[in-house]
Amino acid sequence: MSRAEIFSNIRRGLGRGEASAEQKAAVKARLDQHKANLIPMRAQLPHHEQVALFKEMALEAAAEIIELTDIHEVPAACEAWLANREINELIAASDSQITALDWQSTPRIQLNHRVGKVGDIASLTTSFAGIAETGTLMLYSRQESPTTLNFLPDVHMVILHEKDIVGPYEDAWQKLRSSTAGTMPRTVNMITGPSRSADIEQRLQMGAHGPKELVILLISDSQ
Amino acid sequence: MQTSAKRHQVGLFVTCLVDMFRPSIGFATIKLLESAGCDVNVPSTQTCCGQPAFNSGDKATSIDIAKQTIEAFDGFEYVVGPSGSCISMLHHYPELFAESDPWHARATALKGRAYEITSFLTDVLNFDDILASYEGVATYHDSCSGLRELGVKQQPRTLLAKVANLSLNEMEESETCCGFGGTFCVKYPDISNRMVENKSANIDASGANTLLGGDLGCLLNMAGKLKRQGHAIEVRHIVEVLAGMTDEPAIGDANYNLGKAV
Amino acid sequence: MQIESPAFKENARIALHDVDLQKALGNLKAGFPTKRAAAIERMPEFDSLRDEAMQLKNHIIENLDLYLEQFEENVTKQGGHVHWARTSDDACKTILDICRQVGAKTVTKGKSMVSEEVNLNEYLEANGVTPVETDLGEYILQLRGDHPSHIIAPAIHLNLEDVTEAFHEHHGRPRSSDPAVLMQEAREMLREKFVAADVGITGANFCVAETGSTIIVTNEGNGDLTQTLPKTHIVITSIEKVVPTLEDMTLFQRLLARSATGQEFTVYNTLSTGPRRADDQDGPENFHVVLVDNGRSEMVGSEFQDMLRCIRCSACMNHCPVYGSVGGHSYGWVYPGPMGSVLTPKMIGIEKAGLLPNASTFCGKCESVCPVRIPLPKLMRHWREDEFSKHLSPKAARWGLGGWAFFAKRPSLYRLLSKGANRALRLMAGKKGRVTKLPLAGGWTDWRDMPAPSGKTFMEQYKQQQR
Ligand code: SF4
Repeated sequence: MSRAEIFSNIRRGLGRGEASAEQKAAVKARLDQHKANLIPMRAQLPHHEQVALFKEMALEAAAEIIELTDIHEVPAACEAWLANREINELIAASDSQITALDWQSTPRIQLNHRVGKVGDIASLTTSFAGIAETGTLMLYSRQESPTTLNFLPDVHMVILHEKDIVGPYEDAWQKLRSSTAGTMPRTVNMITGPSRSADIEQRLQMGAHGPKELVILLISDSQ
Repeated sequence: MQTSAKRHQVGLFVTCLVDMFRPSIGFATIKLLESAGCDVNVPSTQTCCGQPAFNSGDKATSIDIAKQTIEAFDGFEYVVGPSGSCISMLHHYPELFAESDPWHARATALKGRAYEITSFLTDVLNFDDILASYEGVATYHDSCSGLRELGVKQQPRTLLAKVANLSLNEMEESETCCGFGGTFCVKYPDISNRMVENKSANIDASGANTLLGGDLGCLLNMAGKLKRQGHAIEVRHIVEVLAGMTDEPAIGDANYNLGKAV
Repeated sequence: MQIESPAFKENARIALHDVDLQKALGNLKAGFPTKRAAAIERMPEFDSLRDEAMQLKNHIIENLDLYLEQFEENVTKQGGHVHWARTSDDACKTILDICRQVGAKTVTKGKSMVSEEVNLNEYLEANGVTPVETDLGEYILQLRGDHPSHIIAPAIHLNLEDVTEAFHEHHGRPRSSDPAVLMQEAREMLREKFVAADVGITGANFCVAETGSTIIVTNEGNGDLTQTLPKTHIVITSIEKVVPTLEDMTLFQRLLARSATGQEFTVYNTLSTGPRRADDQDGPENFHVVLVDNGRSEMVGSEFQDMLRCIRCSACMNHCPVYGSVGGHSYGWVYPGPMGSVLTPKMIGIEKAGLLPNASTFCGKCESVCPVRIPLPKLMRHWREDEFSKHLSPKAARWGLGGWAFFAKRPSLYRLLSKGANRALRLMAGKKGRVTKLPLAGGWTDWRDMPAPSGKTFMEQYKQQQR
């Protein structure tokens, strides 16, 4: 009932019945084209400048960045960071990137692969793109990377390769479409810094319901 | 002096508030226009721009008044008024008529010729030959319609910069509405009061001894508040200062020559 | 929520004298407008983005039925369900039905103004389902039995002490006046609720036709927990939120946070597409989208069509001197400020909401900051026209206007009227140069003096000079 009424109201307002075949085709074409709208100059930079911008913007959004040259340095970097806070458990995505690392050499942290649970202190996931424009990470849900890891723990550590940094959001959408063969995953997260709220007297407090800290392990792969 | 043939033919849109409350603004406007090389006439068939009706949702009356105003200013090269608000209203006239209506074209033509005074002097005539002097520290309130509908912002400041001995201290939030809003100030008096209180606090904090603006409605509102609060700040329309016609007491100040006038 | 819009004037008067409220409202100005200005400074293309956003929204509205069909088709393809709700009642019933199907006792809720609009919480509660608000601001309000006074900062009307008291009373912990401690308290309290909930309800900022996705934009992450942990995720949103593609959504994303909070980007921008996939380890098993109409479809093709562009950023109210003076509750319904003054009459009727579109000086600040360039003053004026043509505006005002119009249309009589008023005011003012009490204009002289005319009318003097 509602549906028919809503559609007939809209069409009456537009002064037409069902759209013409032509108009339908035009809409279809627009949907298939994925045409970008205006992209700010800020996002259109050579890659090394995108990396610099990403860092600047992510730091501004209160993320922490640990720069590494090789992904194999990740376990030690995590261990050092967590040990500093006396955290000894890390709940991690089961991405091959993470599982392929040598976690035996870091006995001070216990690595578990599972979904996030209430009470988890720290998690580790990968990020398939970094967006320079605003220092934003893009992650998506799949078997190896459950969404709860991105939200329940107090600390979210994220691996990002510099080569995966793009300028504008538009490039991230293209990258997403090609990595997921055109089907949207259940959840796509764009994350810019740790959780916060200013709901009490407009005073900004970090760590509302999501992670209180966002640590980006930024890998240059320069070797 | 230019010859009469080459001078711009300007119709002065006096505005009701200037007519009734402060004629000197009208005369100062004429003086400025004349010194900028215009011949000025004041059509006697003009009344109000129609804004009270327009903003009260009375479209029929707005249309009648618009037609009357369009006719009153037929044949003038330009229509100029000392008010961003009333001139903005003239710019709304085309909206009142269907595009197929011949009045629509006439309204559009009027819109193209209608200017607020400081914008006309600056943007159209490129005139800044201001010979006035004013001893004082002024602050300038940007009235809403002029600012947002006609883009009047820099023009008054450009002209004021030419006034000898005058310095300008910008207030905080010079672009925030003073709470006048035509009938708003009597329909929602306590909200209007809060807005003008905020305004007077900003004016006071600017350290200026003179408040200038381009719309008499707003100036009456702000002067009324400042005087009620006991501030000594003088309130004047910008053209009075630009034309060097500041002999008359400021808005809301005492000592008008009552006996002689009535 | 009770409709209190007819009492706008009384509400406003009380609000203006409410010291605590005025203190709380004081936080607004230094917050949002200043930050917005700074963010825009850093984005030189901002105005061009606004132009494109306006055009894109217009294109969407011209093809609204087609994009909605595409959206529905793609949600369904991904295993989700789309429900259409013509009215608030339809929306509430649909959601209750879903809750009952899954045997829900409690539902967690992310912030959603559409759910406020349809009065969902009260409906669910009355029918035995307990809603738990999870946005910090909304949570505080729920504890207090209060309603949002702002569309993105719902508790902007409260001060720290109010939160301290509410938390002390409901959490039974010692009083704290440290916002960080209070937030931590809410975080702990809500963790269990997130896990225990059977259904999670969120709003949506946009619905992407291309993919059948909905997106929420939040800073806290509460919306993400709300929609990830329970078995069922219900999105309640409205029909004008549809956008064609991800790229099109991005255009609005670039505008939204900057216009709203002045952030470069909101912390979490999360897209949801259908239920969890077969091999996903978490996420909801059911995904429902309830598309609410509530008068929007009738705005298509009407003089209010431009309002359908609204992306609910709140910039208009953040910059509105009237909102800043009286706060959101004075408006008496869900949507306050300039956008509310246009929407509310559509949703609750101009008879009840007539005072709202009149409560504007038409200063135009709202339009000047609106990211999709909605001509808000013009739309408020349309409501005044509607009111005038239905003879709903106050009698005294109509008579006054009628009398004035009679003269304004007759130049020579108008001269006489001005002359008369000019003399009367000057006489009343005497030597003081201003009138302190004016019959029939108490609204003016209660608060300020009326400067007296400085001499004869301009027209009189001009005529004398010409002679
Ligand atoms: S009307 Fe414009 S400024 Fe106001 S909330 Fe909507 S989009 Fe934002």
